Amino acid sequence: MHIHIHMHIHAPAGIPASHGSPGSCCPCPAGPSGSGCPCPAGPERAGCHSRGAHGGIPQLRDAGGGAAGSPSRRITAPRARRAPVTPGATTAPRARGGLNRAGRRMGVAPLPLPRKVAPARMEELPVVVLLLLLLSLLLVPLVLLLRRRRGRRTPPFSLLVVAGSGGHTTEILRLLSCLSESYSPRHYVLADSDKMSEAKIRSFEQKRAETFSESQFSLERIPRSREVRQSWSSSVVTTLYSMLYSLPLTYKLKPDLILCNGPGTCVPVCLSAFLLGLLQIKRTIIVYVESICRVETLSLSGKILYYFSDYFIVQWPDLKKKYPKSVYLGRIV
Amino acid sequence: MKSVFVTVGTTSFEELIATARSPPALQALQSRGYQKLVLQVGRGSLPQPSRCSALAVEAFRFKDSLAEDLQSADLVISHAGAGSCLETLEKGKPLIVVINDKLMDNHQLELAKQLHRDGCVLYCDCSTLVETLQSMDLSALKPFPPGQPEKFASFLDKVLGLQ
Repeated sequence: MHIHIHMHIHAPAGIPASHGSPGSCCPCPAGPSGSGCPCPAGPERAGCHSRGAHGGIPQLRDAGGGAAGSPSRRITAPRARRAPVTPGATTAPRARGGLNRAGRRMGVAPLPLPRKVAPARMEELPVVVLLLLLLSLLLVPLVLLLRRRRGRRTPPFSLLVVAGSGGHTTEILRLLSCLSESYSPRHYVLADSDKMSEAKIRSFEQKRAETFSESQFSLERIPRSREVRQSWSSSVVTTLYSMLYSLPLTYKLKPDLILCNGPGTCVPVCLSAFLLGLLQIKRTIIVYVESICRVETLSLSGKILYYFSDYFIVQWPDLKKKYPKSVYLGRIV
Repeated sequence: MKSVFVTVGTTSFEELIATARSPPALQALQSRGYQKLVLQVGRGSLPQPSRCSALAVEAFRFKDSLAEDLQSADLVISHAGAGSCLETLEKGKPLIVVINDKLMDNHQLELAKQLHRDGCVLYCDCSTLVETLQSMDLSALKPFPPGQPEKFASFLDKVLGLQ
C-alpha cells in the first residue's frame, strides 16, 4: 500500500521553509511554528527522515523549485501499512512514517513477533474430516483395481494396437505375428497424418486371414500427439488434444489389452485407458514394448508409460538393469 | 549388376542422399565394382535420374514395401531406423548405417552402435561415409540372428492365463 502525500510548499518570511506553510497541511504535532517539535533533528530538519510529519521537503527553499524540483510532489511512504492507532497521536492523523511522542515510527506496522498461539483445532476439524473422506474415496477404487488385476479373464481378448508409424508399425506387426486366435478383434489406432501404416496393417491382416478365418480387425484414426522433431512444450498441448479423441475411442472399444511401442501416439491412448481403469469403467491391461532401437535409454513415451503400464518390456539387457520393473525377454522383433 | 540401395525411411535425410550422390562417393562405389545406385528419398527432394561416372542412378520416394529393392541390392546404406536395419539384416545384406545427427536426442545412435558392437553392421555419419565406402570390408560382417516374437506371444498368453 502506498500512501501519497501531496504537499504544496510555500515559504513565507520568518518561518523556516522546511517547516511548511503556516496553517497549511503541516501534520507535525508541533504545528507550523515548530515549537515543541518532537523530531530529534529539530525543526530545521537537518538529517531528518520523517518528511511526512514535518510537512515539507528538506531541500526545498522556495515555491519555485530548487534542488528538489517541483513544488508539489508525491511522497510515497515506502513501507506504508495501515497505521496503528497510537494513543496520543490524534493530532497527526496522516503522520505516515513520522514519529509520535514516544519516539516510535507511526504508520508502519510493528515487526511481527513470533506468535505462540495454539491452532484453532475446533475450526479445522470439518476440513480435516472432509480431506480424509476424499482420500478414502480415492483409495477405494485403487484397492479394487488391485484386486481386479488378479481377476479371471476369458478369451477372446480384444486388443487395441497403437500403430506408431514408420519402424514402430513394422515392429508392432512383428510382435503380433505369433499371437493366437484368442487375440481378436484387433483395433489398430493410427495417427491421422500417418500414410504408411495402413497399407502395412492391411497386408498383415490379409495374410492372417488366410490362417485364421475368424480374424477381425478395425482401423481408427486420432490426431497425432507429436510430430517428429516437435518441441516438448507444444507436444503437451497436442497430446492433450489427442486425448479428446482417444478417451471416447478407448471408452467405445473397451479393450482387454493395449499394445504399443511408442512413439507419442500411444501416450494419450494409454492414459485414457488408465483413466477408465481408475474410474472403474474398464480395466485394460497396458503392455508397452520399448522399440529395439532403445538399447541404453528409454524413449520419452517409454519414460512416461513405465509408470502407467502393467507390463513394460525392454529388448536389451542394459535397460533391464536400469529399469528393474521392466520385463526382458531378449529380442522379440 | 552390382547395385547399392540407399534408404532413408519414412521421414527425410537430405544429407545422406546428397553425400551418396556426390562424386567422391560415386567414385568409391565404382572402384568397388558397383554399377547401379538406387535412392529411396522419403520426404526429401527427388533427384533426377542420371548417369554419372558410369553409375546408373535411380530415385523414388516411397514404396509399399522395400523388400524387392533390398533383395536385389548387394550393399545397403540406410538411416538408423529399426525397420530399415532389421529388414536389411534379415535378408542377410551387408549394411552401412548412417546416423542423422540432426534428429532430436539422436536415439538411433544406440541401435547402430549396438549392432556395430555385435559386428553386424558398419556405421558412420554423413561426413565419414565416403571414407567408410573406401575402406569397408564387408566379408567381416557377422550374421544377425533374428528376433523371436514367439517369446512375446508366450509371455502374453501367460499374463492372460491362456497357458
